[in-house]
Amino acid sequence: MVQFTGIKEIIKPENLVYKKTNIMTKNILSYCPGCGHGTAHRILAEIIDEEGLQSEAIGVSPVGCSVFMYYYLDIDWQEAAHGRAPAVATAIKRLLPEKFVFTYQGDGDLAAIGTAETIHACNRGENILIIFINNGIYGMTGGQMAPTTLPGMKSSTSPYGRDVKTMGNPIKMADIIASLPGSYYVTRQSVHTPANVKKTKKAIRKAVQYQKLNKGTCLVEILSNCPSGWKMTPVQSNKWMEENMFPYYPLGDLKTPKE
Amino acid sequence: MAKIRGSIVVNVEKCKGCEVCMVSCPTGTIAMAKEVNGKGYNYAFPANPELCIGCANCAMVCPDGVITVYKTKI
Repeated sequence: MVQFTGIKEIIKPENLVYKKTNIMTKNILSYCPGCGHGTAHRILAEIIDEEGLQSEAIGVSPVGCSVFMYYYLDIDWQEAAHGRAPAVATAIKRLLPEKFVFTYQGDGDLAAIGTAETIHACNRGENILIIFINNGIYGMTGGQMAPTTLPGMKSSTSPYGRDVKTMGNPIKMADIIASLPGSYYVTRQSVHTPANVKKTKKAIRKAVQYQKLNKGTCLVEILSNCPSGWKMTPVQSNKWMEENMFPYYPLGDLKTPKE
Repeated sequence: MAKIRGSIVVNVEKCKGCEVCMVSCPTGTIAMAKEVNGKGYNYAFPANPELCIGCANCAMVCPDGVITVYKTKI
């Protein structure tokens, strides 16, 4: 392994502060440089490791950029048809109620083709955790317009910007799900700065703990960048996300359990 | 007062050179190399290792998890 190291005297096992968790496999992630998917995967893996859920967790991977997620996390996985991850997760949770079942979906998967499955799974209050990565675009297929694309935002199928008169308004899935009685905990976070990574980790940890109570569906929406789809550098895209996406999709808890 | 010194290890072959770590580093320890790795990316490396405080900000935002952080008091 080729490494580049800092001061060698400090590099000892007892001084270790941060190391990639062993739940993440050695495979190189297929994502573009700077993509938020990698950070979200790592946070999830760290929580599964810290909560000791490696043998309990069953993930349902979506169709989209994160379709190969089962290569990267060393837990049990099930692949679902496009958008149908909440339905598959429902079946797994009902058959194996002791397991921790989660889905990991992008916005094309959860907010477009899988809208019905998502809303009905949340309305039934299935005891699953849904992790929703929202980057406002179809990343894998070449940057087409998604239901979550912002008004005026350029994509390969809306080259003059999204016109709300003909193309409709961006859908706020987390707000819709928060209004359903079956959902238990709904929050929106991002992973572009160290502070936001910490907050997201806290939110996912909370959601994982709520899952043990079997009170309903938890949804963690993570706003992410898509440097390739947005045609920007990773650093520019993070800045663009702060300036444009955060006003439309404000961060914070949308539904917290009543004490 | 005890001084905190840190050090990072970058797995060069897995780095994709997205520069997110460089931006999040509060002390300017990390820079992008002029050389490229096996995939053709300008990888991150500790250009000013004496400035590192071991805050692990870089490792936390790294999408590919290539950075390992060590910290000690001297």
